[in-house]
Amino acid sequence: MSNTQAMATSFKGEILSGIHALGTTVIRAGTGADTLKAALYLASATINAATTAYTVTGEVSGTGYSAGGVTVTNATAPTTSGTTGYWTPSASLTYTTVTLTTAFDCVLIYNSTQSNKAISAHTFGSQTVTAGTFTLTMPTSDATNALIRIA
Amino acid sequence: MITTTKGNMDEALLEKREGQFEDDNESTAWVEYWDGDEMVHRSVHVHLKKPMISTSEIGGFS
Repeated sequence: MSNTQAMATSFKGEILSGIHALGTTVIRAGTGADTLKAALYLASATINAATTAYTVTGEVSGTGYSAGGVTVTNATAPTTSGTTGYWTPSASLTYTTVTLTTAFDCVLIYNSTQSNKAISAHTFGSQTVTAGTFTLTMPTSDATNALIRIA
Repeated sequence: MITTTKGNMDEALLEKREGQFEDDNESTAWVEYWDGDEMVHRSVHVHLKKPMISTSEIGGFS
């Protein structure tokens, strides 16, 4: 037997579940899973790794779209496989019967329970929608393809 | 019936146009319905393919 320097794989999954608080100012709003939301952003917006929270600046607007976006279905807890922790929304993001005439190319997933703090930004080809439905379907939730992975 | 900018319309009265796009990041398909030279409906379906990944590293004692 020998010892191996490593980050515990379980820790990676537990980070996604908010189990560990390595700082001293963490204030949890509750012990249940947080409510996540997904907002769409114009192609002219600046949403990136420096985005710390949901913002109305650059968010799409139009008939049928509510500021803040839609609620993310989060029925599956983060998990691990191999040495990777990962998580994926458990359903597609659907914006039904909307008209968004200004091109948009980004969705921001954020935590509405925790002061709208940003989680991740995902870009795609620039789109418009007219009296129609915009659907974002998720990749397979596994260690290779999940939407968010800590490897 | 199709939801349009003019209310629900019979699909048979409209021209349907479809398209798709795929790269390493996404697989996208869209459908449009046109009433003459006016687009009255456009829906888009984007499948995200590119995972968001963060690599982890730990420090050792030296």
